[in-house]
This record gives sequence, C-alpha cells and structure tokens, in this order.
Amino acid sequence: MLVAENISYKIGDKTLLENVSLSFEPGKLNLIIGPNGAGKSTLIKTLCNQIRPDTGHIFYANRDINKISITELARIRSVLSQNIELAFPLRVNEVVMMGRYPHFVNDPTEQDELACMESMQFFDVDYLSDRNYMTLSGGEKQRVHFARVISQIWYPITGNYRYLFLDEPLTFLDVRYQFNFMRKIVELLKNTDIVVVGVVHDLNLAAKFSDKIILLNDGKVIASGNKYEVLTKENVKTTYQLEPVIVEGKESLYLFFD
Amino acid sequence: MANQNKQYQGTSLILFAVLIITTLLCICYGAVHISIGEIFSALQKWFTAPNGMTLNERVFIEIRLPRALLSVLVGACLATGGVLMQGLFRNPIVEPGLVGTSSGAAFGAALYFVLGSIFKFNAGEWTLPFAACAGALFSTLLVFTFSRSKETGKSSIVTLLLTGIAINALFMSGVGFLSYIARDPQARSITFWGLGTLSGANWHSVLIIGTSTIMCFIIALRYAKHLNALMIGEEEAQLLGLNISRIKFNVLLINVIMVAVATAFVGVISFVGLIVPHLLRIINGSDNRFLLRNGFLLGGILLGVADLIARMALAPAELPIGIVTSAVGVPVFIILLRRKNYSF
Repeated sequence: MLVAENISYKIGDKTLLENVSLSFEPGKLNLIIGPNGAGKSTLIKTLCNQIRPDTGHIFYANRDINKISITELARIRSVLSQNIELAFPLRVNEVVMMGRYPHFVNDPTEQDELACMESMQFFDVDYLSDRNYMTLSGGEKQRVHFARVISQIWYPITGNYRYLFLDEPLTFLDVRYQFNFMRKIVELLKNTDIVVVGVVHDLNLAAKFSDKIILLNDGKVIASGNKYEVLTKENVKTTYQLEPVIVEGKESLYLFFD
Repeated sequence: MANQNKQYQGTSLILFAVLIITTLLCICYGAVHISIGEIFSALQKWFTAPNGMTLNERVFIEIRLPRALLSVLVGACLATGGVLMQGLFRNPIVEPGLVGTSSGAAFGAALYFVLGSIFKFNAGEWTLPFAACAGALFSTLLVFTFSRSKETGKSSIVTLLLTGIAINALFMSGVGFLSYIARDPQARSITFWGLGTLSGANWHSVLIIGTSTIMCFIIALRYAKHLNALMIGEEEAQLLGLNISRIKFNVLLINVIMVAVATAFVGVISFVGLIVPHLLRIINGSDNRFLLRNGFLLGGILLGVADLIARMALAPAELPIGIVTSAVGVPVFIILLRRKNYSF
C-alpha cells in the first residue's frame, strides 16, 4: 500500500502539486492521466523519492519514505522513465544487469543473473542479449530498458511490497507494443505484492487497462476512481477543453474527439 | 555473463604477460645493454654484497629498474585516471590531461619548488606530492564546475574542451612563469613540465608513486559498478540507489591523487589516459570493471614502450616521453572526434 498525504510542491511561485492525497493498492493498475503540465510527472517523482515535496508525507506500507535509506529503497522500487541514452557502447545484458546493482556489491550473484535472464525473457529481448545497445532500434531499446527496470524488483523482498512507477513509458512504442506492454504489466500484477502507479497520455489505454484512474489538472486531483467514475464527459471536457464522444463497450469505454 | 568474466580474465593474463616482457625490454635495452644473467646476479648481490656490483649491475639496480617500475606505475595511473574521468564525464574523449588535472598538478609542484627554495620551506618527502594534489584538485574542480551547463547540469563536449583548454593554458603559463623565476634546477626545466620525462627516476619516486598508485587503484576498483551506472545518466543511477554527488567527488579525488602524484615526479604526459580505455573498449566493451582492471596493465605497457622509444630513438640522447605519447595520441584523438558512433 502506497499513501500520499497532502503533497504540495512549488517551483518559485508556480504550484505544481497542491494538497494531493491519494492511496494506491497492490495488485492493481493505478494510472494517472491529465493534460500537459497537470503535474503527472511531478507526482510520480515525489512518490518515488526523486524529488521531495514541500509539504506532506509519503508512506510505503506505513513507513515514511524519508526513513528508508536510498539503498533499501532501490531494492524495492523501480522507475520506468522515458528512453535512456548511453554514453558508451554496452551489451544488452550489461544494461539489464544494472537493474540488479542495488542487490550486489562487486560481482552479481546467481540470483542476479537469473533475474536478468528472466526479465529479458519477460519482455522478449533475450535474443538481443549480446547485441550492442547503441545499435538497437528505438522500440528495442525501450524494451531493454523495461527489462532493466523490472529486473530491479524481479524478486520479492521479504516483509516489503514492491513498487513500480511508470513515467510515460509508451512514448516510443507503436500501438502493438503499447498493448503488449500494458498486457505485460497486467500479467506482472498477478504478483499481488506489487504496487504499480503509471502515467499515460492515451485515455483509451487508461480506460482499457486501469483498475483505478486519477485525473490531475493544475496540480490538483480532479477525480479518482474506476474508469466510469473518472472518464465522464464533464471531467474530460473541463480538463482537456475538448468535448469527447464516449461510447460504452462490453468491458471498456471508448473516447473519440472531433 | 560468466563467460564474460572468463574473457576478462583471459585479457588480463595476456596483458600481464606482455607487461612483464615490456618491463624486461625496458631494463635490458638502453645506453648499455644488460643481460638477463646480470639481472639475476645483481638481484642476488643487492641483498648479500651491495658493494661488489659491476657497473652494469649497478646501472640495473640504480637506474633501469626504478625507471622501468616508474614507467609502469605512471602509465597505470594515467590510464586509470582516463577510465575514471571518461566514466565521470560520461564522455569518451576525456582524459586527465584534458580536464586540467595534469597542468594543475604541474603548477602545484612547480609552486612548491619555487616557494620551497625561496622560503626554505620543506615538510618532508610528501610535500611535493601534496602540493601537486592541491593544484590538481583546484584545476580539475574549475574545469568540472565551469563546463557544466546551468540548466541541465550536464557538460557538453564543446564547453568541456574549451574550458579544459582555457584552464590548461592558465596553469601552464603559471608553470612557465614559475620556471622563469625559479632557482631549483628541476623547476627551471620547462620541457620537464611541458613534455614529461622519466629521466629523474629513482627509488624515492618509485616508492611514493607506488604507494599512492596502489592505494588509489584498490579504492578505484570499488567504483567500477557506480561508473557503469553513471553511463545511463545521473537520474537513472540515483534510482539504482547511488549517492551520485558523493560518488562523483570521490572518483574525482582518486583521479586527482593518482595523476597528480605521478605528474609531480614526471611532468605532464598526455594521451595515455585517452588511448588506453579506447583500446580496451575495442577488445571487450565498456564494462568499467574490465576497463579498470586491464587499464592498469595496458597503461603500464604503453608507457613502458613509449619510454623505451624515447630512450632508443635518438640514443644516446633522450626524447621527452610526452613527444612520443603525443605522436601516437593525437591521431587517435582526432579519429575519435570524427567518429559518429559515440554520441557526444
């Protein structure tokens, strides 16, 4: 369980987050949506301890995030951001192994090797293992990047939940890989000790895969709940300034804009 | 992965063998030729009857051996410094000479020679290395600070090179000025600081450089993983639980100590720190665990060979070793600058 209590964050006199209180349950897919500049990335960064909010508290299973050392935190939480660029040529398996760095001191253990291999298989990049990362296509790089991030929390740590944050991970993927990726995340959530919080832009993807949607605008939570509660005509219209046509399918909602 | 470790060890073994051969060549060839038999008899007499040595045996013990060891140690220092700096700046064309470490060290050492002889100031044999370290730390921090963009906190290669040129010019002109007013014969030789030479090798310098090199190298090995993580960017490395600012400072400090102590005794030797990591990357990729372990060996080999060339090319006269390393290093540097598959 991940809880944020009254989070506020300002840069200069611009308020990026204002009194945000949220809770995220393990085993569920929590997705944050909102227009550009709504504070989605800032919220993710505060939740994963990349930036410290001006006020408010964040609790990882009742432990204040400030009381967890950065090394311990790195073993239980990983963050999938947009693409990474390497400064030097490295093999794919070396890149993925970086995800295990928080778990070993000098040389990887057998468990680390295993975690690497399994997470590469999970994202179908094991056949790239010996390739130079710099020569991969954008989509391949992205999937290797996924494998690295997942390997970081591949095995549960006793007495802890695992936390996975997704900061607009779908940017470089075509529609097939976007769906593949979301399905993988859903598959990952069969592990009921993983808390997943993600930011996506595509409202239809959010509608299709999410268990809970949080709609942000101007640093405030406009609505949170299941897709039927959040993705209403009024909510979408007031935040995106576009009137949607909403069609209800069997299992999901579909939003069209004209 | 296990295979890779074996490959790494294989490379190390080969390099180690080459290093031994290079060292032997450095010992045997020069103004006088020393045979393997003389080496053994000299080593025996060194411990039993130090007064009974022949001329050749004394040349071996007092000149060749310390010089060969010094070239290996200095090469190892510069190569390790190169690996550390390239990792830290996340840029493949950086080396200690480019980021101001060497010129700052030369300035600190020259300052010590001049002020030391004017004020009769001397705090024992560690004063010179200490002065060099202080100068090097100052100049490297200057380059590091000024080359970073205020917005992104990253250093672009253009700003980095230009800042490096400016700071190097500043400190080398400082060295020039000090050489000009100096009374100490060592500090008066401007070619010594500018181009570097191992001709001052003796057991005293071997001992001091040996101590700093081995201590720093052992500490540097602990940072291989951290330098690897830095390759994917500071933010990502932080998410892997690393304290980036502390790591950066420590790595910088290790580089400064290693390179500065060496520079204090042999002057500025460029391009070794640049070439070695690149040769190794061609052999076996960019894993810093591999680069650090083998950089030490390959650096020693390269500088040993360079010193041999410096002594043999115009024998019995001697070239400054910096001329040899630059002659090889500059073309490599330009090729690297023009290559496209590194993203600067």
